[in-house]
Amino acid sequence: MAWFKKNLFKKDMFKNASDEKKSVKVPHGMWVKCNHCNEIIYKKEVERNLEVCPKCNYHFRISSKKRVEIIVDEGSFVELNADLEAVDALEFKDIKKYKDRLKDAHKKKCGKDAILTGSGLIGGTKVMLGVFEFAFMGGSMGSVVGEKITRIMEVALAERVPVIIFTASGGARMQEGILSLMQMAKTSAAIARLRRAGVPFISVLTDPTTGGVTASFAMLGDLILAEPKALIGFAGPRVIQETIKQKLPEGFQRSEFLLEHGMLDMIVERKRMKETISMLVSHFA
Amino acid sequence: MSYRNTRDFDKPIEEIERKINELRERSQDSKQENQKGQEDNGEDYSAEIEKLEARAAKLTADIYANLTPWQVTLVARHPERPYTLDHIENITTDFIELHGDRLFKDDPAIVGGMGRIGDRSIIILGQQKGRNTKERFYRNYGMPHPEGYRKALRLMQMAERFNMPIVTFIDTPGAAPDIEAEERGQSEAIARNLLEMSQLRVPIVTVVIGEGGSGGALAIGVADKVMIFEFSTYSVISPEGCAAILWKDGAKAETAAKALKVNADELIRLGVVDSIIKEPLGGAHRDPKASSKNLKEAIITALDELTAIDTDKLVEARYNKFRKIGVFAGDEA
Repeated sequence: MAWFKKNLFKKDMFKNASDEKKSVKVPHGMWVKCNHCNEIIYKKEVERNLEVCPKCNYHFRISSKKRVEIIVDEGSFVELNADLEAVDALEFKDIKKYKDRLKDAHKKKCGKDAILTGSGLIGGTKVMLGVFEFAFMGGSMGSVVGEKITRIMEVALAERVPVIIFTASGGARMQEGILSLMQMAKTSAAIARLRRAGVPFISVLTDPTTGGVTASFAMLGDLILAEPKALIGFAGPRVIQETIKQKLPEGFQRSEFLLEHGMLDMIVERKRMKETISMLVSHFA
Repeated sequence: MSYRNTRDFDKPIEEIERKINELRERSQDSKQENQKGQEDNGEDYSAEIEKLEARAAKLTADIYANLTPWQVTLVARHPERPYTLDHIENITTDFIELHGDRLFKDDPAIVGGMGRIGDRSIIILGQQKGRNTKERFYRNYGMPHPEGYRKALRLMQMAERFNMPIVTFIDTPGAAPDIEAEERGQSEAIARNLLEMSQLRVPIVTVVIGEGGSGGALAIGVADKVMIFEFSTYSVISPEGCAAILWKDGAKAETAAKALKVNADELIRLGVVDSIIKEPLGGAHRDPKASSKNLKEAIITALDELTAIDTDKLVEARYNKFRKIGVFAGDEA
């Protein structure tokens, strides 16, 4: 019998291979798995690539701090209203108290609520900037988020400088009930004033942007940009699937889908974001 | 997710009402017998009926004064509760329904048109639910698609052009969660209404007449005066939806309704609603005409007040009204 016909040998090879696969120990924190293509990638490589998967171009969710670093001119960012904090006005408790959820979120050291706001320079032009922090309760919008957004818009209106907001949010914060819903009206009304005064607002949608955030200021940009493959919609895909009991079409509610349906101006890769915004802002000036 | 709609709290009232009806029928029968000339005097139940009626009224008042948030939600969704078109019929004259968003199609989940209330011509619109299976399907359970919000906006902008006040009625579980609604940009449609309504240069009155569910409700609710019927609800998300997400169990809707503070008095406390419109004893469905009458009075009073305000001040006040909603801490200033 030829050597390659020996079953035993083949089996062994297979066994060895799988054993070897199992025995590979991924040092904690050195590798990351891409949510999109499921490839295991060297973390440093992802970081060097602005948190974008080098294999499939998936744009990882990034912290608000990191976003500011990527977008504004070095050292130019001045944070505003950093101390605004949520209050449990409804004394809300689901399986956990809202107060405890807030405490847990604070432990993550990602800011006092789900948005970082301030002013900064982009390519030398002053802008008012808002960046959602998805790590803080899923970037959900309650009173603090609504207030901070409205405040930067009011500063922008007074100083006549463009507003740029990067969204990453599951929508309105249920724990603040109806008060969260009303933030949609509040922020949208602030944009109405910017429009009347001719102060530009650029909305940049990143993964994910859903619910009450999408259905208010996020879709009201003079320009609406999105990062590639971001989930963008009002109702979440799971809710829609459960309601209609049908499989959702491929790519449904992704940036590319929205662009095709006329809901976005353009899709911009993270590495081109700063220069793109800088150029756009220069046209408005 | 099971849709529970049993109003157990109504059962004792219904029990007495059944007895009253029974007695009425019996006294009717005995009267007829008397007319046939029989000697036997017909039994007189009127005293008994009166007593039962008083008991029913007292019981109804007691029960409805102590409804839980979930029970209020069920009353707000009562299948016999007056809907937008019922109220429009009861409170306006010369109403003419208008159709279409001029972009895609007409959405039967939002109805609107021109009508007269008192001596004022107004634009009046709202979400419309259906009363039977066929109608419910046609109205999509009162869940608008983007063309519904866009029709509403078209009508409201026309109202501004012709200086007509706007009255809107909110009665929806929420926006339509389906593929078409997303494809046609329901986020944009809702958002645009919020923006445009905040600047319209005519008075706007909104009344939550049943369910006020999420962005689909707010899309026609950026008003100078927001009122709510006593047994209506207004919420960021349906209790079922909230329960499914936070409790991972849709059956916890009752608990979620309580947590979300969906009731009229809570909404007043939170500064989201300006006033409450009384309902007839035992809810609007027991006497739709009487509830429309209360509604009409409230609208006329509100319009009298708002039309007297200078337009610039009106728009400024509307901005400030929504500007100050929210509770937070940590402000140094």
